[in-house]
Amino acid sequence: MRFLDFRQGGRARFVALVGVLSLVAVACETGDAQDVLSPAGEFARAPDRLWNLTFGIAVVVFVLVEGILVFTLFRYRFRPDRKASQFHGNTKVEILLTAIPALILAGIAVPTVSTIFDLAEPREGALQIKVIGHQFWWEYQYLDEGFVTANELHIPTNTPVELTVEGGLNDRVTGEAQVIHSFWAPRLAGKQDLIPGHANQLFIEADDPGIYFGQCTEFCGLGHAEMRLRVYAESESDFEQWVSDQKSAPEAPSGGSLAERGQKLFAEGQFREGLNCAACHAVEATPEDVAPNQGPNLAHFAARDTFAGAILKNTEENLKAWIADPASVKPGARMPALGLTESEIDAVVAYLKTLE
Amino acid sequence: MATAAYSPRRGFFTRPRSTTGKWSWFFTVDHKKIGIMYCVTAFIFFIVGGLEALAIRSQLAQPNGEILNAEAYNQFFTMHGLTMIFLVVMPMGVGLMNYLVPLLIGARDVAFPRLNAFSYWVFLFGGIFLYSSFFLGGAPDGGWFGYAPLNETLPGHGMTFYALGLQILGVASLAGAVNFIITIINMRAPGMTLLRMPVFVWMTLVTAFLLLFAMPIIAVALFELMFDRAFQATFFDPTQGGDPLLWQHLFWLFGHPEVYIMILPAMGIVSDVLPTFSGKPIFGYNAIVFAGAAIGFMGWGVWAHHMFTTGLGPVANSAFALSTMFIAVPTGVKIFNWIGTMWGGSLRFTTPMLFSIGFIAMFIIGGLSGVTHSIAPHDAQQQDTYYVVAHFHYVLFGGAIFGLFSGFYYWWPKAFGKLLSEKLGKVHFWLMFLGFNLTFGPFHVLGLNGMPRRIYTYVEGMGWDFMNLLSTIGAFVIALSALVFIANVVITRRRGEEAGADPWDARTLEWSTTSPPPEYNFEEIPIVRHRDDFWHRKYIETPEGEPARVLAGGAVATHEHEAGHGIHMPSPSYFPIVAATGLPLLGYGVIYFNSTGKALLVLGALVTMMGLFGWVLEPGAEERV
Repeated sequence: MRFLDFRQGGRARFVALVGVLSLVAVACETGDAQDVLSPAGEFARAPDRLWNLTFGIAVVVFVLVEGILVFTLFRYRFRPDRKASQFHGNTKVEILLTAIPALILAGIAVPTVSTIFDLAEPREGALQIKVIGHQFWWEYQYLDEGFVTANELHIPTNTPVELTVEGGLNDRVTGEAQVIHSFWAPRLAGKQDLIPGHANQLFIEADDPGIYFGQCTEFCGLGHAEMRLRVYAESESDFEQWVSDQKSAPEAPSGGSLAERGQKLFAEGQFREGLNCAACHAVEATPEDVAPNQGPNLAHFAARDTFAGAILKNTEENLKAWIADPASVKPGARMPALGLTESEIDAVVAYLKTLE
Repeated sequence: MATAAYSPRRGFFTRPRSTTGKWSWFFTVDHKKIGIMYCVTAFIFFIVGGLEALAIRSQLAQPNGEILNAEAYNQFFTMHGLTMIFLVVMPMGVGLMNYLVPLLIGARDVAFPRLNAFSYWVFLFGGIFLYSSFFLGGAPDGGWFGYAPLNETLPGHGMTFYALGLQILGVASLAGAVNFIITIINMRAPGMTLLRMPVFVWMTLVTAFLLLFAMPIIAVALFELMFDRAFQATFFDPTQGGDPLLWQHLFWLFGHPEVYIMILPAMGIVSDVLPTFSGKPIFGYNAIVFAGAAIGFMGWGVWAHHMFTTGLGPVANSAFALSTMFIAVPTGVKIFNWIGTMWGGSLRFTTPMLFSIGFIAMFIIGGLSGVTHSIAPHDAQQQDTYYVVAHFHYVLFGGAIFGLFSGFYYWWPKAFGKLLSEKLGKVHFWLMFLGFNLTFGPFHVLGLNGMPRRIYTYVEGMGWDFMNLLSTIGAFVIALSALVFIANVVITRRRGEEAGADPWDARTLEWSTTSPPPEYNFEEIPIVRHRDDFWHRKYIETPEGEPARVLAGGAVATHEHEAGHGIHMPSPSYFPIVAATGLPLLGYGVIYFNSTGKALLVLGALVTMMGLFGWVLEPGAEERV
């Protein structure tokens, strides 16, 4: 019942499974949406180079040591005529076998430390975006452009993007708690924790246009599994177009339409506890609205592919089910069921569909 | 009979007299009985934690699983972790230490027998307390790591049970740690110098020191959490000036030494099993001992590798990346020495030997994936994915649990006088080995393919379906292997082969006494002249440098007609269990901090105090019946 449009049939690939005393068990799988081993930008490639080095060494060590182990077991297995030699040790061998691993590790240590410092370097001309983790969705504030969006992050290709990531806020209306999340789009970069009270930096970059998938990787409560995200990498011109779309005000629905009724309900309805949608959701992403919202900013919502932490396809059907009872669709969802009637829901959905 | 050196005055506080019968188990201070109770209790928790794992794996067998909802899943994975760490691996290790350390060092009991009993009862009550949360509104659901500020904001009592349950279990560990340190330092038989001690005793000593310094750290964190949750303090609340990262530092400063607390006893077991079945002394005894101690020290300097993604900055990340890499060196030393122990030997592939070899083979994999975590920039990819789950199951299941089973098979005949069936034992080993790799091998691939931990569901099309199914099948194979073990135990009880004192032709002192050993362990306190003293009583070196059996060497004295004559053993005591009973009452009192809760607090305090008073005031000994 979850309608995700992951790129089906991504290239088939073979993954070696480090198995029992051998390197066999090969499985053929499709799907590389969050594949760590398919980096798509410099900030994922740098760690990947380290991985390739270390994994290569680990495989050699694995084969050697397990090989010696198996050889020992075979060579010295019990035979009635075999006498166990009674030696207690061999200092030279021991020093050698202590020094070799230490040298190998030193060989890994050098590139590791230099990569750690490289990745922490500030990048000039980076696009600045602030990411705030909420239970259970992502808020993106485009600091220079001055607008806010949610869950689907748009970035230009071949441009470093500096994400300033932070934990969410306590919220009395939605009951959201301040907890740690972690932003992870594996093909673009390693993860970075969003910690309340700490602002952390994370750089991402994509070489090619495309949709890059990710999700929250720090356990954050009931909705943790369904706190997903997408990064849309677009060419410079597409990205600029998207930015100017985001900054434009939405067109008002035509008079007397269902959507107009929906707009009224959205902004002025008196539902459970006197609340309405606008109590938490803004629909304009103007610079004044950059202040944190309680729910996702819905400016240009109709242009998004997904909603609810990027788990639901943005269809009328899904929207209706969601508005009727969010927590039944996504456990732990903070959006309350406001008890709208079916026709009210239809109207609100019609309105949301006009927010191109 | 026994006429004690002092005449006990019977007063209000008396000691139980019987050391046999079922009630004797409640009041025993015999380290062997306590060791058995530890292991049995831990094994029951192993079954429970295993059932939780089966539920988790069933839920994840396919995308969009519908066996557990998010709420139940979060409780199950939290309790699975807490159970396996605090109620299984640690107490199983402690159980074996209890049973074996006095026997291995030629002592009659531990230094503080009643404190030892107290440790056990606190552990048992702490475990029951933690599990009672399932019936009182829901178990802890914030992960075993219980990160702030989520640990404060999760509704219900779950995480309060976590804070208090672990606190109670920590009391048991601390008391045990003190006891083992003092026992090992003070109670060794004459001639048992530190560098003649069996490696298991050394690893126990290192583990006990780690516990002694690690448990207070988590105790502080848990008290802060308790105050935050129950009494509206703000240690970890960033809106009030608290800091969530404080929890992580405290937790992992405890949590990483904790990893070594779990693995070092298993390393000790392997180091004693391998020489016996290789027919050789251990290779590089000093190196193995110093490597264990080095791990104990270095283990304090790696905690922030659990925090590479929290933004500590490049300097801290580099420092902890380096320390994490180099802790692999002493670990490697151990592995090479174990292989060296087998090299040139005459290897008997008994069940305990197979489990020990399985330990080495699996620990190599876990150790190597551990090294890949140390490359901090890529750890940011691995962190909180199934790749990490694969790593720590390879060290804690493939490592610790395999080592513990090796110990069970090895010392079973000593404890119960009967050999576990070798045939069923081998079936157990191969099923567990296969099931283990089938379950946790695929986790490496899943993690690198981007599957995060602690998610109760995933969608199709991520490329995770096949590996998850494989892993679930593996989990059921492990469950089957556990059933084979249970069957083995039942069958052995009914008609197992009599073991005799020394069924394995072993090397250390515990095999020089009867199986099972008498309450007082040794008729006479042995005088130790060599490392592997018992071996040297059985064999002498020929001029060619080969061992030759000494006629009747290592014979076991069984003067049953005068058994125990004149040997003073501590009497059983009512008060350890009484004192332990108060702690969970205090725990419930804090959780339900209303008038009932406050009454429970008073009651718990009174019970524990009464237990302690009785402990102090009871007579030093009671005449035996």
